[in-house]
Amino acid sequence: MDVLGFVNLYVIPGLVLGSIYAVGAIGVSLLFGILRFAHFAHGDLGTLGGFLALTAVWVLGLQAIEALPLAMAGAAGIAILLDRLFYKPFRKAPSIVLVMASFGVALILRSAIQLIWGAESVSYQSGIQRPIWILDTFRIAPRHLWILGGVAAIVVAVHVFLAHTRLGKAMRAMSDDPALARACGIDTEAVIRFTWAIGAALAAAAGVFAGMDVHIHPSTGWDMMLPVFGAAILGGIGRPYGAIAGGLLMGLIEELATAPLFFGASLLPPAYKSGVAFAVLVAVLLVRPTGIFRGKLF
Amino acid sequence: MEGYLLYAVTTLILVGIYAVMALGLNLQWGYGGIFNAGVAGFFAVGAYTSAILTSPGSPQLVHAFALPVPLGLFGAMIASGLVAYAIGRICLRLESDYLAIATIGIAEILRLVVRNQQAYTGGAFGIPNLPRPFDGLGLPWSMIGFLGVVVLCIVLVYAAQERLSRSPWGRVMRAIRDNPRAAAAVGKDVGAFRLQAFVIGSMAIGLGGALSAHYFKFIGPEATEPLFTTFIVWVMVIVGGSGNHRGAILGALAVWLIWSMTEFATSRLLPQDWAVRAAYARVLLIGLLLQVVLQRYPQGLLPERVGDPRGRPTGG
Repeated sequence: MDVLGFVNLYVIPGLVLGSIYAVGAIGVSLLFGILRFAHFAHGDLGTLGGFLALTAVWVLGLQAIEALPLAMAGAAGIAILLDRLFYKPFRKAPSIVLVMASFGVALILRSAIQLIWGAESVSYQSGIQRPIWILDTFRIAPRHLWILGGVAAIVVAVHVFLAHTRLGKAMRAMSDDPALARACGIDTEAVIRFTWAIGAALAAAAGVFAGMDVHIHPSTGWDMMLPVFGAAILGGIGRPYGAIAGGLLMGLIEELATAPLFFGASLLPPAYKSGVAFAVLVAVLLVRPTGIFRGKLF
Repeated sequence: MEGYLLYAVTTLILVGIYAVMALGLNLQWGYGGIFNAGVAGFFAVGAYTSAILTSPGSPQLVHAFALPVPLGLFGAMIASGLVAYAIGRICLRLESDYLAIATIGIAEILRLVVRNQQAYTGGAFGIPNLPRPFDGLGLPWSMIGFLGVVVLCIVLVYAAQERLSRSPWGRVMRAIRDNPRAAAAVGKDVGAFRLQAFVIGSMAIGLGGALSAHYFKFIGPEATEPLFTTFIVWVMVIVGGSGNHRGAILGALAVWLIWSMTEFATSRLLPQDWAVRAAYARVLLIGLLLQVVLQRYPQGLLPERVGDPRGRPTGG
């Protein structure tokens, strides 16, 4: 296989997959940094976003990418409600109780999705899209271009928010030292609500992008959980920029580990692709638990 | 009359199978503070090991050994224990949240293995025609006989775990759960104790998986659906009261009865054409049940007994 074929067949899909993971991982990393627990329902919030977009596509006749802001807003609102009902009572409890509660929320979300939208895979649009050629060299499907563009826009927005707004700075302060942040007069409950809104909006975006890439299914988000958590830990917990790098790396590793690189043989049989994320996750936790960008460790 | 008896016996069999698994998880979580989110994975190891050992063979299977069921159950416990040992050696040093993520990953990997190693597991076809003890007796005695097997397993697991928990080993486990650093400071090998609790608990979960395979005479990849299998056993432990082995058994009974009752509720309350989706409403209710118990009754039905090692509650 020549270099160009390799890029078109494996690197580009790997980057698309990785950028979807990156969007999910930013949310996981922010939530982990501020609420200090692993939010197991994050994937299912993403699934919810994907199905909210599906409803907008059906009812309003929008394109999936146009339905994206609606899905993000809807998921943000629902996440704030979930926090009020299921997480707020445990603010002072050990983090493992929150993990358990989020496990329950994951199941509640998934069964609610199956109840409302059914248990089948659904596509946003039917028909096959013909890949387009860029500069006569790179071959990429239009939906992949939309995904990469959407992710880039979201990443820029998150950067501007974290670096230049009061609330963004308050969030980073709270992630670094909650006691000090409270002493400085930061309204921690407001920051927590906002973190939920942003985290859920990002999860929803990941869900919609995953749905645009293949199709949306009630387990789409749950299946993304391992790579997304792996990406967040790989980048360093509480480091949103690390999460982006971690996500892209995770997508590339998954794609390349099952690619026929070694004289037609691959490192792993493609059927074991979803096990790659787990191997990376455990390796990072054991070798360098703070991740590439020296994140926090709880 | 016989219909009711049969219904009661089959319900108790399922309660009993879940009770065995809840006992195993209770040793891990209630005593060791180990967050095992991969219950479904160990269930699968136990179920498939016993199935492969006892299966008379099927067109998809390359390996089938047609051994007697007790050997299958024994093999299931050994296999689950070995898998738990290998995983525990690597993952148990991780902190709580990370361990939870890692155990989810393990369940996922085991599911991939089950789906893809068709020569051993039958792949998507599963392993059919598994032997069930006392099957030759005819109804209802065959079911009553199998219930006897399940009850025997509960008694053995309960007795072993209760004895362990009341021994010095149990006290060290609780000390590690409540404050691992203090336990290490007084010279306890925290890693070794946690590994022991993880292995023993996983053996019980594997035994539950094996019993389930023989009860249904079939094991297939759908049976290891990760979220639900893991979740319902967790709810049983929390509802029953973590840290109390009788609580684990009572929790299995209570949650399974609620689960069965939701079937009546959803079939009455929901419109007819929603019947297919009623199963999801039931899962949703179980999810809500966990939230209510976590928030209102964190101690569960039978709270942990602390104090006199002979088991007399002295408050706590």
